[in-house]
Amino acid sequence: MARPEQRRIDLGALSVAAGAVVAAGGVGALLLLAGGYEPLGAARAALAGAFGSTEALLSITLVRTVPLVLTGLAVAFAFRAGVWNIGAEGQLLAGAIAAAWVGLAGRALPSWVLVPVLLVLAGCAGALWALIPALMKLRLGVGEVITTLLMSFVAIHLTGWLVHGPLQEPRGIFPQTEAIAEAARLPALVPGTRLHAGAFIAIAAAVAVAWLFVRARIGFRMRAVGASSSAARIAGRIDTGPIVLVAFMGSGALAGLAGGVQVAGVTYALYEGFSPGWGYTAIAVALLAALNPLGVLATALLFGALEAGAAAMQRDAGVPAVWAMAVQALVILAVLALDRLRRRGGGGAARV
Amino acid sequence: MSEAELVLFLEASVRLGVPLALAAMGEAITERAGVINVGLEGSMIAGALAGALGALAFGSGGAGVLAGAVAGGGVALVFAAFAIGLGTDQIITGTAITLAGLGFTGAVYQARFGATGTALTLPTLAPAPVPLLADVPIVGSALFAQAPTAYLAYALAPALWYWLFRTEWGLELRAVGDHPDAAAAAGVRVRRVRALATVFGGALAGIAGAHLALAHAGTFAENMSAGRGFIAIAVVALGRWNPALVFLAALFFGAASALQYLLQALGLDLPYQLFLALPYLLTLAALAGWFGRARAPAALAVPWPLRR
Repeated sequence: MARPEQRRIDLGALSVAAGAVVAAGGVGALLLLAGGYEPLGAARAALAGAFGSTEALLSITLVRTVPLVLTGLAVAFAFRAGVWNIGAEGQLLAGAIAAAWVGLAGRALPSWVLVPVLLVLAGCAGALWALIPALMKLRLGVGEVITTLLMSFVAIHLTGWLVHGPLQEPRGIFPQTEAIAEAARLPALVPGTRLHAGAFIAIAAAVAVAWLFVRARIGFRMRAVGASSSAARIAGRIDTGPIVLVAFMGSGALAGLAGGVQVAGVTYALYEGFSPGWGYTAIAVALLAALNPLGVLATALLFGALEAGAAAMQRDAGVPAVWAMAVQALVILAVLALDRLRRRGGGGAARV
Repeated sequence: MSEAELVLFLEASVRLGVPLALAAMGEAITERAGVINVGLEGSMIAGALAGALGALAFGSGGAGVLAGAVAGGGVALVFAAFAIGLGTDQIITGTAITLAGLGFTGAVYQARFGATGTALTLPTLAPAPVPLLADVPIVGSALFAQAPTAYLAYALAPALWYWLFRTEWGLELRAVGDHPDAAAAAGVRVRRVRALATVFGGALAGIAGAHLALAHAGTFAENMSAGRGFIAIAVVALGRWNPALVFLAALFFGAASALQYLLQALGLDLPYQLFLALPYLLTLAALAGWFGRARAPAALAVPWPLRR
């Protein structure tokens, strides 16, 4: 199933993605109709909320896109090697915890030290959170689907404890940390908007992962292991253990970085319910992009816009914002079904 | 620790363990057929909402449980259409089904009851003490003064074990999960068996959801399944794909969750969140300790027939 050469642009995957978006949109509209809403009005409100003004585009849509790019890359990184890390949510929280701690404890440090340290430690924390399921898989043969999920729940409760206990703001009223040091914050990209330098980090990460997948030996080996672990081991003489470990750690680091960027660029604090489920939306982001890192940039923008639009839809058209979650699910299902049907028809090769 | 505290602890263990036991025993059957349904959480939340709506519409908790079973089975049928019908990846399909379940139930609930989330007043599923048995000291009131769904779980544990390991149909189901090609060659309709096992698992998860809404919370709340569908999947591995052991593993998990009552009663001042995280940590530890010796069905999560 692994192809020796990967075409730059996969037309088949592109048509699947486009078809999936249209199909999910259509089904979503039908369900809105069935729910007694007016789909056109809802769509108009959503579009205006996501792209209607500079403020909407920069401060809302793009700000929501950044964590989705990084978590989407995290999922793509793991899935590419056949590692089913569905715990990006927990790894993101681990990164956010580390970032908040650095941002609070490093008040004496200058910005050029503090920001890099914060981001690196956030990535390390995410990787560390992924290390436990990785070791359980490699040493004990425990499937990562269950363990990565369980670790996410542990991270959620760890966050809850920290913001109620050791890291709680000094007055002890709200379940959140104090705001991190000014020097730990990412600068704004466009003055007067909430768009921050994390957008560059996200783009750089996408380019780096793309390079790794296409040009680096580890990228090829990850694809080989992902396509068929036993074939890679026997025919390719690849020691699969280290590859799987790299997939886990890289994935965790990217998710942890997402948490760090979010703390340093947007929230400036850690609080209960920090992530609205980025780690799960990331699965839709990565799949719709057919695990292509540069594609993730586009699909993350789509889902960022969907979330921004959903909030506007609730405000202006009275449609519950949780519809967005359902539409994400429809997109995943449509991608899976169309990809399956395309291959049954004899088209391109297996990737996901 | 007094006897009253022990009873309280045991009673809470069972109450918290029952929804997990129902969902996990169903998932054990599904997985024995070679299908891992990560969409179980979606079935459970759908069962919770349908249970609440059904109980409201018909004015009885029993009707709610039935509605929950139908909704949970229906959600699993959608999963089966994709993962078994089309042969899509089971884990990703299941994740999508869970997202869909959480999204749609939230949307339906908000559309019906408003975004403020007014607490519903439902006809609940009251505890139904079993005569005589409930009077046994300590264990009696813990085990036999529960909601009727608990008794369903008690009955299913041995029944499913017998069905799976001692009947022809159970053998066929296990063959489908271990060696689908061989089973197909022997004339077993592999995909039909897998679809039926999946819908059965979903229906039980739906009942578990209805139990949460009607016997546990007495209302519906968005996202009220709170990851129990995922934990049920861990419990299946913990119970080594054996319905009777899965039932015990679910009670173990319930006891881990109920520890907070016990330790509070003992006067230990530990952070509340530690208790919330404890069941997950214990499950991880248990998986690490036991999993090496347990064997998953050989064809678990492998689509059949294999295409390309």
